[in-house]
Amino acid sequence: MSASTEQFVISSGKEWNFSDLRRAHDLIEEIARGELGLDTYPNQIEVITSEQMLDAYSSIGLPLMYRHWSFGKRFARDEALYRNGYSSLAYEIVINSNPCIVYIMEENSMTMQALVLAHAAFGHNHFFKNNALFRQWTDASGILDYMDFAKAYIARCEDKYGEAEVERVLDAAHALMGQGVNRYPRRRGLDLAEEARREADRRADEERNFNDLWRTLPNAKGSERRHPELAERRRLLGLPEENILYFLEKKSPLLKPWQREILRIVRHVAQYFYPQKQTKVMNEGCATFVHYHIMNRLHERGVLDDGGMLEFLHSHTSVVFQPDFDDPRFSGINPYALGFAMMQDIARITKAPTEEDRAWFPEIAGNGDPFGTLREAWVGYRDESFIRQFLSPALIRKMKLFAVHDDSRSDLVVEAIHDERGYRAVRAALADSFDIVKHEPEIEIVDVDLDGDRRLLLQNRVHRGIMLARDDAERVLDHLAYLWGYEVRLDEVDHDSGKVLRSFEAGPPEPLA
Amino acid sequence: MNIIDRRLNPKGKSLANRQRFLRRARKQILDAVREASARDGITGPADNRIRIRADTLREPHLHHGAEGGERWHVAPGNKEYIEGDRIPRPPQGEGRGRGGSPDGESEDAFQFVLSRDEFIDLFLEDLELPDLLRKELREAEGVTPRRAGFQTSGAAANLNVVRTMRNSLSRRIALRRPRPEDIAAREAEFSRLSEEEAADPATLAEIAGEIEHARRRARRIPFIDPIDVRYNRFEDVPRPAASAVMFCLMDVSGSMTAHMKDLAKRFYKLLYLFLSRRYKRVEIVFIRHTHIAREVDEETFFSSTESGGTVVSTALEEMVRVLRARYPREQWNVYAAQASDGDNMPADNAHAVALLEQSILPLCQYFAYLEVGPEDERYGGSTELWRAYQRIAQTGMPIAMRKVNHRSQIYPVFRQLFSRDKAVRSEGVV
Repeated sequence: MSASTEQFVISSGKEWNFSDLRRAHDLIEEIARGELGLDTYPNQIEVITSEQMLDAYSSIGLPLMYRHWSFGKRFARDEALYRNGYSSLAYEIVINSNPCIVYIMEENSMTMQALVLAHAAFGHNHFFKNNALFRQWTDASGILDYMDFAKAYIARCEDKYGEAEVERVLDAAHALMGQGVNRYPRRRGLDLAEEARREADRRADEERNFNDLWRTLPNAKGSERRHPELAERRRLLGLPEENILYFLEKKSPLLKPWQREILRIVRHVAQYFYPQKQTKVMNEGCATFVHYHIMNRLHERGVLDDGGMLEFLHSHTSVVFQPDFDDPRFSGINPYALGFAMMQDIARITKAPTEEDRAWFPEIAGNGDPFGTLREAWVGYRDESFIRQFLSPALIRKMKLFAVHDDSRSDLVVEAIHDERGYRAVRAALADSFDIVKHEPEIEIVDVDLDGDRRLLLQNRVHRGIMLARDDAERVLDHLAYLWGYEVRLDEVDHDSGKVLRSFEAGPPEPLA
Repeated sequence: MNIIDRRLNPKGKSLANRQRFLRRARKQILDAVREASARDGITGPADNRIRIRADTLREPHLHHGAEGGERWHVAPGNKEYIEGDRIPRPPQGEGRGRGGSPDGESEDAFQFVLSRDEFIDLFLEDLELPDLLRKELREAEGVTPRRAGFQTSGAAANLNVVRTMRNSLSRRIALRRPRPEDIAAREAEFSRLSEEEAADPATLAEIAGEIEHARRRARRIPFIDPIDVRYNRFEDVPRPAASAVMFCLMDVSGSMTAHMKDLAKRFYKLLYLFLSRRYKRVEIVFIRHTHIAREVDEETFFSSTESGGTVVSTALEEMVRVLRARYPREQWNVYAAQASDGDNMPADNAHAVALLEQSILPLCQYFAYLEVGPEDERYGGSTELWRAYQRIAQTGMPIAMRKVNHRSQIYPVFRQLFSRDKAVRSEGVV
């Protein structure tokens, strides 16, 4: 009994053991639940070696992954970087699953293990469980079973159809992975009773608002009227369709069932990671905010001694370090830094708002509930909307953010800086830069001529003259032609004028084996 | 919360991916490996770092190009800019923030480390010991136990539990040994019935009889019977002789330039690598000669020069002496590589040939003669020594000969000598 009553202290450079880990976890959990009000999946903490960490890296962070050469490539690259000392390994990897799996490295000191537990096992874990995007698009309790199935299925395909065949399909599917996600909830299938009711409503509405004048208007959607069969075909195929992998899986004429299943697996993996891409700032900000609070509380309670605190601060400050734009170390905005700063800022606004904060954030300024406010933000926002909503003038001034306009021709022009006139512009530009819808090409399948040459027609909507990278687009199109089995064409169409700026064509490829 | 220690899990989870990756980039890796071997020192590939072009390893995806269009950037750390300032466009390719590929990997080259085994495997791919010689590897050096089925007697340590339990189970089923659960169920029924008032004594007696019978049967038919027990059986398999000795013979007379020695050295290195891949233990004997021959260490072999005439047979005699003294035929596989510029005292050729034919080649698995020439040699007529050796080669003795002038020829020549394809192997030996 004496062991448990004795004060448990984490000090600098202390080696960890399993019972320490457990006690640290329990103390952290007390703070996380009691003070911060976090709601997490149960944790499964797995201690691994650096070798295993490299393994985990290579399979894009999932503990189970099917086999493909690209993961071997990633491993070879990470290993070379690590062994030559160019990069160090992460302290942890956390997986959005239920139970939430947290990999921690055996090399970490006890202080680092506590930091990692607070950061991943509570910060990230809470975010995974509560953020709306994750709730909507990922199935945390099903992912491991699904990957288990996927791995076995693809291994079976390799046995049956040969590794080369499977690799060919996987290569092509990976090339289209970015186009394998649903960005919006899918429309449900038509329900007869529902349709009948809507039709009746429409009629009633027309009768109520009848005006003969409408008849004299020229028809706006002329082309659809003139080619009803075209419109019908597009409707039947569910076009336009932005999820190219989904379309190929369902509608590609030549694929074999196992090939469709592989497309489906890759599509599911892509969808699983889609929320993570949109919430880097929030996810890391949330985890960093949580670990910062918890480690400080542990220090106040005397669990973390001064040496340990210094060790923690050293690591924390290097994580949230944001180099200036003219610093050679600058490589864009550090999501940890921005997320952490914003969340600290929100906490400040709720507790000690200035006049300016009251004007900008009347709903939250001075409400005295920093954690509740943050918990709400963690649920309802993604990076883009979070910045648009919560980036405060105070933080813009602190980070000295400025927005530069680049028209690709003349000089760059500073459009807004951290002053009264610039806050909104800077905030909007920063929010835009985290909006992946604006940074990923907007590509849709618009038509396919099933009666004729079966050519698949895709369209990329070009906004503000930003076109696709030519080299990669050509290669991806070859992969697409392989999966479709016939010719494919991709038109880059200017969004405003509707003019075709450039076209890529590929195929017809050699017949599918 | 659950803490799991995964540190002892099997390593190499990504091995299958690595193999796929190596296969994918095989051609480029092969080229890189060969290039590395031309560049490297003699003692083997010390640094297995490989750089390959990332072309076939590219993973394309649809994304916006880095150039053109209208963009906005937001950056931290403004020092002096005010709204409306114009910043001269940075030189091409320095697009702020969004240049380069997203995972930060450069497009043109990809660098990684091959393990030594992977390196040598690729390096020596498709090479093998000539068929003729493999037969001679049969001589046993010792024996290795190997699993070979089961047996009914043996040491307790070799008990095969799975097989034993399987036999036990099938015997119990075949003899209808009552299962303990069944007996327990009957007993429970018995005690339930006996508590009931209206129990029929005849039925009770019957059940009691059944239980007694089952008990007796279970006692008579043991759970595990000696006839169930199986042990793993091992067989002794002779282990082939796994030692080789490699003789490096080199002419160090004045006519051998540093360049020629370098060529020879490279060839020896390849041969050593190759042999150490096939044999557990490889010893090397260095014999250098002018008009007298001496066994020396590696350092002396390659570095110091000596003056004197050239008498090849002295080296061969030395080799025979060493062979007889230290490497009995039945325990060692003997390989020899001789490097020379072809200069020999004319009177000695006949003696050298006779030595080779009668004493050395019968003991050797393989004898390679490498004639090294200057780099800028335009026309190389065949030397006396070459012609003399050629006559032996035509008789079908295990001797191979090649002429090499340039460093880049070493690897192809080596591959030719040990190619899996016989036609390639005999090419060039006239």
